[in-house]
This record gives sequence, structure tokens and C-alpha cells, in this order.
Amino acid sequence: MSPSDTRPPALIPTNGLVFLGVLAAVAVLVPLLNLTTSPDAAVHVPTYVVSLLGKYLTYALLALSVDLIWGYVGILSLGQGAFFALGGYAMGMYLMRQIGTRGVYGDPVLPDFMVFLNWKELPWFWYGFDLFPFALLMVVLAPGILALVFGWFAFRSRVTGVYLSIITQAMTFALLLAFFRNDMGFGGNNGLTDFKDILGFNIQSDGTRAVLFFLSALALGLGYVLCRFLVRSHFGKVLIAIRDAETRVRFTGYRAENYKLVAFVVSAMLAGIAGALYVPQVGIINPSEFSPANSIEIIVWVAVGGRGTLVGAALGAVLVNYAKTYFTSGFLAPYWLFMLGGLFVAVTLFLPKGIVGTYYEWREKRRPPADAAGEPLPDPKPAE
Amino acid sequence: MISSARLRRLSCALLLALCGLCGALFSQPAVAQDISSPLAQLATDSYADTEAALGALALSGSPAAAGIVSALADGKLVFSAVPRQVFLRTEAGLVDPLTLQPVADPPAVKPVRVNNRVRRAIEAANGTLSLVSPDPARRLEAATAVARSRDTAALPALDLALSKEADPKVKTALTLARASIVMGQPGVSDAERIAAIGLVGAEGNQDALAILQGVPAESSPAVKQAAADAIAGIERSLAMWSMAQNVWYGLSLGSVLLLAAIGLAITFGVMGVINMAHGEMVMLGAYTTFVVQDAIRTYNPGLFDWSLIIAIPLAFLFTGLIGVIIERTVIRFLYGRALETLLATWGISLILQQAIRTIFGPTNREVGAPSWMSGSFDIGQLAITSGRLWIIVFAILVFVALLATLRMTRIGLEMRAVTQNRRMAASMGIRTNWVDAMTFGLGSGIAGIAGVALSQIDNVSPNLGQSYIIDSFLVVVFGGVGNLWGTLVGAMSLGIANKLLEPYAGAVLGKIALLVIVILFIQKRPRGLFALKGRSIEA
Amino acid sequence: MLNLFTQARRAAGRAAVGATVLALAGLTVPAHAQETIKVGVLHSLSGTMAISETTLKDTVLFMVQEQNAKGGVLGKKLEAVVVDPASNWPLFAEKARELIAKDKVAVVFGCWTSVSRKSVLPVFKELNSILFYPVQYEGEESERNVFYTGAAPNQQAIPAVDYLMENEGVKRWVLAGTDYVYPRTTNKILEAYLKSKGVPAEDIMINYTPFGHSDWQTIVADIKKFGSAGKKTAVVSTINGDANVPFYKELGNQGIKATDIPVVAFSVGEEELAGIDTKPLVGHLAAWNYFQSVDTPANKDFIAKWQAYTKNPKRVTNDPMEATVIGFNMWVKAVEKAGTTEPDKVIPALIGVAVPNLSGGFSAMMPNHHITKPVLIGEIKDDGQFDIVEQTPGLIVAEEWSPHLEGSKDLISDWRSPLNCGNFNVKTGKCGGAGN
Repeated sequence: MSPSDTRPPALIPTNGLVFLGVLAAVAVLVPLLNLTTSPDAAVHVPTYVVSLLGKYLTYALLALSVDLIWGYVGILSLGQGAFFALGGYAMGMYLMRQIGTRGVYGDPVLPDFMVFLNWKELPWFWYGFDLFPFALLMVVLAPGILALVFGWFAFRSRVTGVYLSIITQAMTFALLLAFFRNDMGFGGNNGLTDFKDILGFNIQSDGTRAVLFFLSALALGLGYVLCRFLVRSHFGKVLIAIRDAETRVRFTGYRAENYKLVAFVVSAMLAGIAGALYVPQVGIINPSEFSPANSIEIIVWVAVGGRGTLVGAALGAVLVNYAKTYFTSGFLAPYWLFMLGGLFVAVTLFLPKGIVGTYYEWREKRRPPADAAGEPLPDPKPAE
Repeated sequence: MISSARLRRLSCALLLALCGLCGALFSQPAVAQDISSPLAQLATDSYADTEAALGALALSGSPAAAGIVSALADGKLVFSAVPRQVFLRTEAGLVDPLTLQPVADPPAVKPVRVNNRVRRAIEAANGTLSLVSPDPARRLEAATAVARSRDTAALPALDLALSKEADPKVKTALTLARASIVMGQPGVSDAERIAAIGLVGAEGNQDALAILQGVPAESSPAVKQAAADAIAGIERSLAMWSMAQNVWYGLSLGSVLLLAAIGLAITFGVMGVINMAHGEMVMLGAYTTFVVQDAIRTYNPGLFDWSLIIAIPLAFLFTGLIGVIIERTVIRFLYGRALETLLATWGISLILQQAIRTIFGPTNREVGAPSWMSGSFDIGQLAITSGRLWIIVFAILVFVALLATLRMTRIGLEMRAVTQNRRMAASMGIRTNWVDAMTFGLGSGIAGIAGVALSQIDNVSPNLGQSYIIDSFLVVVFGGVGNLWGTLVGAMSLGIANKLLEPYAGAVLGKIALLVIVILFIQKRPRGLFALKGRSIEA
Repeated sequence: MLNLFTQARRAAGRAAVGATVLALAGLTVPAHAQETIKVGVLHSLSGTMAISETTLKDTVLFMVQEQNAKGGVLGKKLEAVVVDPASNWPLFAEKARELIAKDKVAVVFGCWTSVSRKSVLPVFKELNSILFYPVQYEGEESERNVFYTGAAPNQQAIPAVDYLMENEGVKRWVLAGTDYVYPRTTNKILEAYLKSKGVPAEDIMINYTPFGHSDWQTIVADIKKFGSAGKKTAVVSTINGDANVPFYKELGNQGIKATDIPVVAFSVGEEELAGIDTKPLVGHLAAWNYFQSVDTPANKDFIAKWQAYTKNPKRVTNDPMEATVIGFNMWVKAVEKAGTTEPDKVIPALIGVAVPNLSGGFSAMMPNHHITKPVLIGEIKDDGQFDIVEQTPGLIVAEEWSPHLEGSKDLISDWRSPLNCGNFNVKTGKCGGAGN
């Protein structure tokens, strides 16, 4: 902590520069090595690694969106997965419309599952999704509007703490149930799948994958800069003040609910973008993305990496998901839940500030503060 | 009242019964016919033949018939293809069904197979035999069954039976049965029809409605009017009953929610631990029940009816112990960091789930219902299942016991003291560490007890806990964190609201609507139904 | 378990070396004696589907061991590669890619839910590998890279309804299912079929519930009410796994017996019944293509070996297990016929392959990539087994595209040349669905 340091922190602190540098290197090298080297070469990156890393990057962006509201505003949303899934569905609907007559039934307008359920025409909410710009707009608008409405109600009536967490969970659970219904017109449990191409490019070709990967890295980088910009500004200072003592902020004349609302909506939109990048890379979007367990997992990534550090959130998402990929194969497969569960317990007990937070702490102990990087969390208050 | 399900089973019995009755009453001596041909039919390994043979046996008047029918029901009737013959399997070996003499040189035999159709025929045949028995209850069932079958052919037999019947209850039932038949018959006077409609209409249940809707279209306007009035009356009363039924279902669902949430009301509501492993404590309780039942089945099957009673304290102790261990090894380092308890307990829940999956396998485990929890009874048009009733009673008992523990015992006092002001409590000499462990153990133990009850209505699988965790949190938050009464009212109101919505919106939309309602409600009362009053602005 | 461990460790050790050798040789038929053929197992071992899928993983491992005892395939030992997609549908796609691209498996046995199959489909098409799918499903699909060894709706649902009509005289029908594709399609097909048999619309009640539905009081009461109209009523249940136990418990609680309103289920087998006290359920029915109680020497032999392998004398067998066994044997036979594990050679070789099933006949792989099956109707017994009350006299060929559905009635599938098409429209004479 650097209470005496009055200089405004840099937009991108040292660790952020390292993060962005690594990200840029990955964004360029991975697709390059995948496309230009022969499969036998030692440095070759196989396609499945590209799509795997691409998935991690979208998860990292999602974690970033959670860290913005949890780490800096103190809103523990157990429903962030809902915004992610909504963005994903918007992209999925565009991709479904692109299939055209290549579906198994060959219907030029209706997606397969609608022919299957004997629907005669496209429901109104599917209109426009054949246009890419409209789909892109919906990727941010659908989660954004939901967050706006939900947040406006919740913050105005000062729902905070666990109450807020539980109703965000109820929100994603309600959406889960709704999207499971086949009558909703979003493909029910099977969701949207069997995509063919995006903007005319074959979605399975290595080139498209490389571009999607690059875009995911770019989105993550820009998302990080945006979050840094937000939390470093005056606006961000108010957010941090709200996190630490909301009532005092309100007493000083700030409309705390408006600040929270803006942060909440921005975070939802980031999650939506992450979802939109996720869907073409994994090839399916299904209601299980709305499941409350998924949203809890996102919180876990952030906690593992370090809450309120941004870089940590992204790192946590990549690390936990890599662990998941690693543990679910081979002879460890039947035991991976033990590993994952044990990891969560161990992190809370031994690394309460997450990996990056602990690193900050360790660095500050070693030498006097040079630059105030993240916004350290206040010391935990004793239970009253 | 007799459950409608049994009635239908008896309708077949009735036809046969009445024929038997007619036979007896028209004073034709019951000649013991030769039953060799039905016996041969039993040996053809065809369900249709078996059914036909049963009909013939029931009407044969043969003294051996009852024995053969009950042997078939018990799977003790066997047959050989060559020669085409049936035998009874007894402890002494195969015996001849007629003479009951042991068979000297038994051929290779297979049991006569039974399917639903044959099972119904067995019940019918048994019905015939029981109708001649002097038990008025059986006669009553038969009379009610004929009212539903509305078989015109049964009319003379009914008239005859009516003239002999002494028991007033059976007599009413027979009159009603007669009225049901008369209504649809051609050539009956309007007055008689209207009288019949009045009789049937007074019954006021679903069956009566079905009978009244069967009034022939060519009836006179007066008859039609009477029927329409009666139908309207029944529908009104049925609508009331169905409302009551929905409230009952709601109470039952509410009691399940209460059981699932009440342990959480301690660990989360009182201690402030966001206990994601709560569902797994419920699951451990259910598995304890399974282990207890398994042990009882192996060592002392006679105790089976007591298995749940035995499982309750064991489940409490076991899950309570696990709770104490979790508290001592993990939770105690996290007090004051509520959100981090979410992370740690989530990890614990994953570990517990996978541990159970490794030990017991991923499939469901069988937990049986003791006899006192099976079956159902009717109050008016309200069907009450005993299992559900016991769960409601049990939920209330648990709630009262928990309340009493917190209010009246020393440990309860200490728990409240520690959660309200830890430092003050400590300076008064309370061992806060110990109290923390006990409180968490208590919450976990209560969850374990809930698992014993939930094992009766849900899957006993490693996923059991996951399906209750969201609802549990919702109930506690809706009722107001830190208030047991809030949990009670929250659970019951959510349960009833859900069940009242379900008939109109369907199971899924009803649940979605309820979630939206809860979200909106929290906007209105950000601290739940029963908010703790205090002066702190930031609780 | 131990066996699996050593196998897996050996696999890990050899993965790098093996891959390089393979890559350098550039062939799938290396002469190396130590070389193994890898078989991918893609079944959830955790999460909600572990309850059903774990058994199938064990089945594949068992079959691999049996085959190796017989000397393997093409003179090489088989080696199972197990992954856990954790009941997470995107993870299925990721793991499928890992199995094919990284582990270079020759074939994959996996998936249970339709959504998991849909999720991996593009991966199998892109990387041109083979998937054996062992579970009854809704049909309306036929892909070049997938072989469906479970039942299509006409191999399960329609014979069951026929049985109830003929033998129990059922006139009124409740079609109750979980709200996902399989029940929706099956119920659509059944509804069309029942109407064609003269059942009026008011005698059909259709009800959908969400996954894992646990409070059945209202719905069971509705069924009871629907069944009290004087006509014989039956329930056709396409209720999915987890929701079945509370459903049957509620039936028992409300006193509905099989002799009153029989329930015929398409997703309840021996594994599911192992978790229920079946005494109140005696007489309720299930329609499958295999029951553990099938009385044939082949089945008895299989059960004995399976129970010895799992070291559990009570371990049950079920229909998807049999489908896995049939699929495995078909693959082995086709590989031996083709002389290679290369998918482009094995896929055509699989068509026409016939292997003994466990119910005493031979199941054949048809040109539509589905297999022929007998249909068995069983009544639940009090010991959790089924009493087989009816068996179709011959084998039934799968209708992958249902003639009862508007969108698919003109479609056929034939993966032999010259057609080579999964959705050929007989009206337009073109491959590619109903469109232009």
C-alpha cells in the first residue's frame, strides 16, 4: 500500500506492460507458427492448441470483466456467465443464419432445429441476425440492456453484498431454464451448433482460426487497457471508494448507484464480447453456459489469479482452465475434481490475495513502493 | 373413501363377481366343473391363454381354484411343455394342483409367466372369491367399481344384491352404482333419471363427473338441465378442492425447501459463511441413510421400518463431524472474508462429490421407503400421500428443535453471543473457537438430517446436493439472512407460490416466474422478508 | 484400475516417441511390433452425466482387454485413451479434438446426450475420424463419420406402443418427457402414429418437464386425473435419467400401479433401476433392444465375464452397453476386413458388417450407418431386472429420417457409392435435405 504516494499511477503499470507484451507475442507467434511451419517441425503449434488457447483468451476477457466489478466495485456477480452466454447466443444466431441451405434439411431460412420442431417461419427475434453488423451490435446490446435493467433495479434499491450475489444467481438460473425450453426458439438443450462459416470464411479452416485467435488476443488486450483506463480515472477512484465504504461515498454527494450501474453495464458488455469470440472457436453455444456453476467458476478464476489486479484475473482464467484441460485427460481423469477442488481450497488458505496479489505483497515487502500497481484490497474486517 | 386407483382394478373383478353372484343367487347349484381344460391352457406359455384360463377358473367353483390363482400370483405355479401340465411348487417339491399330491417323476418346468394383463385377471379372480366372503369392505369396493364400469349387464345382479344387502354403507354404494347405470340406459323414465342424477351428483368427485357427462344426448331437456346443474356444482366444488390440493402440494414442496435450507440458515445465515458445500452435506446425509439401510438389509431385515429413525442421529453425527472438520481445517481461517469462503467451500464441494463418486460409484443408490411412509389416503377430494405428510411433520420438528436449541440451551446462547459480538463474547469467557466449530457442525448436521428425508423423494446420487443449493440460498435470502423464522416463511411461501403457479404456467415457466418474482421482491426489501433490525447502516 | 494406470502411464511415456515415429513414417501401418492401436473413450466421468456414462467407459476398457487377450487387432495391441469431458458440451468438442489430433486415436467410442454428439460432430467431420455412438436417440441425422449403434425412434417407441395397444388395450395416452430433442421428436412421431391409428386428439396428453425435475406431485396427479376418464390409460415416458427416480417414487406414493396406469419408458434400464426400490414398480414397462435378463448363452457368457472384470458380482448390464459392445466388435471386424485403421478405408468397410448381438441374433451395419436390432419389451420385476414379455420376431431396420415428420419424410441416407449422401431427397433427387 502506498498511502503517501500522490502521483497518479501510470495507465499501464510495469506488470501490465509485461502482460500486454506477452499477449502481443502470443497473438502473433501462435497463428504464425501454426500457419507457416510444417506439422513435423519442432516449433509447430497444432491447430487444436490454437483453438484451445483461443478459448482460454476469451475466458481471460470474461475474468477481466468480473474483476472490474468484483475487484474494483465490490459487486460479486454470480451471474456473469449469463452475459457471456447472451453474447455467445447473438454470435451463434448469426452463424446459424449463415448456414443457409447447408443444414441437413436444406431449408434456406430456418435453422435445422426449427424444421425439426415443425416451425413454419422464423420467429421475430431472429430477424436481422443474418447481418453481421447487427449481430455485432446485439453482442454488446443484449447483455448490456439486461445489465442495465437488472442493475438499475438492484442498485437503486441498494441491494448489496450476498443479496445481490444471490439474485444475480437467480437471474442466470432463470435464463438457464428459459433457454432450455424448446419453445423459446433458441434450440433448447442442443443449443446452436454445426456452424459453417463466418463472413464467408470457413469456420474450420486454419486461417479463420488464426484470425479468431488473433482477435481474441486483441480483444483481451483492449479490454485490459479499457479497464485500466476506467479504474485509474476519477470515475475509477469513486468505484474503489464505493467498494470500500459505499455509505461514506453516498454521504459525500456521489450517486453511488449510477457509478455502479455504469461499471456493471461495461462489464456485461465485455463479457458479451468474450462470449461472441468464444462461440465460433468452440463451435457450440448451449444453455449450460447459463448454469450458476459456470458463473461461480469464473469467480474462482479471478480469486486464483488475484482479485483487483486485472492481470491476475486473466492469468487465473488461463491457469485454471489449463489445469482443467490437463487433469481431464489420461490417468488423472477420474480424479481431476479432487485436484481442482484442492486447488481452490489451497489458494484461499495459502494465497488469499491470489497469485498476482501475493506477488505484489511479496515485492512490496522486499523494497519500498516504486509504483502503485494494482489497487490493493483493504485488510479484511473482523467479523462483527 | 377408497382410492380411485383400486376401484378400476376391481371393475374387472366385478363383472366376474356379479356373474358368480348371479349364479349363486339364482340357486343354480355351484357344480364343480371339470377344470382340466383351463389347466391345460395355463401351460401354453401365452398371456392370452393364461387370462382366459383365469376367467374360467374363477367361475368354475372348483375348490382347487383359489389355491391355483394364489400360486400364480406368487410365482409358484409352474408348467411343463411336454406333457402340457401345470404344477404347484411347494417346499416339498412339485405337487399336482388338484390332488396336492407330490409328483413322482417331475418333468422340466418353468414358471407360468405373469404380465400386467394376467395380474389384472388375477385380481379379478381374487375379487370373485372375496365377494362371497362376508367382509363388507370388499363388497363396498365392488359396488363402487360397478358404478364406474357402468355395465348394463350388471343391472339385474345389482338389483338382487340390493335386496339382500343389510350394511347401510354398502347399500348406499349399491344404490349409487345402480343410479350410474340407469342414467345411460334407454327406456328409463325422466323422473328416475333425474333422481339418479341427484344421487350421483351428490358424490361430487371426478368419477361422478365422468358418469354425468355420459348422459345420453337424446335425453329430454329436463334431464339434460339436471345433469348440467349437477356437473356445474361438481366442477365448482372440484375447483375448490384442486385449490386445496395445490396448497397441500405447496406445503409439501415448502417443507422440502425448508429442510434443504435450514442448515444453510445456520452456516450462512447465522455465521455468514457462503457455504457452497451445503448441498453436499445433504448428500452425505442421504448416503448415510443408504449405508444404514444396506447394513440393516444385510444383518437384520426386521429392523427395516426403523431404518430412517436409526439413520437420523447417525446422519446428524456424521455430517456434523465432517462439518466440524471442515470448520477447523479451512473455514476458521476465513472468518470475516465471507466471499472467500465461497471459493473454499466450492472446492470442498467438488472434493466431496468426487469422493462419493469414487466410493459409491456414480450411479443412484437405492433407498427404500419404510412401510409407514408408503401409501396415501383421501380427505374429501384431497389425496394425501403419507410420505409427504411425514416429511412435513419432520421438517417442522427439525425447525422447532433447532429453534429450541438456539433459544434454550447454553450452547445456543453462546452461539448467538459469538455471532453477534465475537470480541465481547470472548471477553466473557466463551471459547469462541469451540463455539464456531459447534455452530458449523450443527448447521452441517441439520443438513445431514435433511438428507435422510430427501433420500425418500429424490435420487441418492453424487449430484443430489447440487440440485438443492440454489433453491436453498434463495430461500434463506428471501426469508432474510440470520432469521430462522424468515427461512420457515420463505420456504413455505416459495413452495406454495410455485405450486399455485404450476397448473397455469407449467413447471418451467412457473419456476422462471417465481425467480423473477423473488428478484423483484428483493428490490423491494433488500434485506429479505424478515430483515434483522439494527442501527448499522452497512450491515 | 491399476491396469488402467499402467496403461495410461505407458501411454504418456510413449506419446512423444510414438508421435514422432508415426510422423516420420508418415503411414498408419508401421511394422514396429511394439506399436499399439489407440482407441479413444469420450464419456463423462464427472458431472451430471457421469451417472450413465461411466459404465460405458468401463465397457470399452473391458472390450479392449478382451480383444487384447485374443491377440489384438492386425497383430497389434489395442490401447484405450480415456478423457473426461465432465458433462460439459464444449469440453466434448475440445476433448474429441485432443483425442484425434494429439493422441491420434483410430476410433472414438463416446457421447451419451444428443447435445454432446452435436458438439463433437464438426470435429469428427473436420479431422475425418470415426465415432461410435451407443445410445438411443431421436434420429434425424446420418453422418459419414458417425456410426449409430443405439436405437432410432422406430426401433424402440413404436413397437412399445403397439404392444400396449394390443396387449393392454390402451386407449388414452400420456406422452411425458424431459424438454429436449429426443423426447420432442419421439413424441411427435408417436403422436402422428397414434393419430394414424385412430386415437383422437383429446385422448393424448403431452407434458414436458425440465432436466432434473424433482417435484412430480402436480404432474402425477394430472396423469391420475387424465387416467380416470374410464378409458384404459398408459404413460409413454421419455423422462431423462435423473428425473426418473422422483417420478417413479411419486407414482408409488400416489398409489398408481402398473395394473392401473402402466408406464412404458425408453430411458430406464437396469442401471437406473439399481437406484430405486422396484417393489412398487412391478409391471411398469421399458422398451429396449437388450435386457440383462435375455436368456441366451452369449448373454450369460458376457455377463459372467463383465462381472469378473469389474470384480462385482452384482454389476448390471444394460442396453447402451450392448450397443457399445456391438459397435466395438463391428469396428474390429471392419478394421480386419480393411487391413488398416485408416478411417477412409474403415468407414466403407463397416457397411454390411454383421456381428452377433447378445440377444441371440446378428446385428448388421446398414448403409445409413445405423444397425438392425430386435425390439424387446420388458416388465419391471421386484429385483430390478426385466421380465421380457414381448420380442419382435425379426430385426428392425432403423429409420434415421422419420417418415412421420414433415421435414424428413422424403429423406434417405445411403453412404455407399454412388449415392454417398446422408440426407438424399428422393423427391428432388438431390443430396442436401429438403431445400433446393
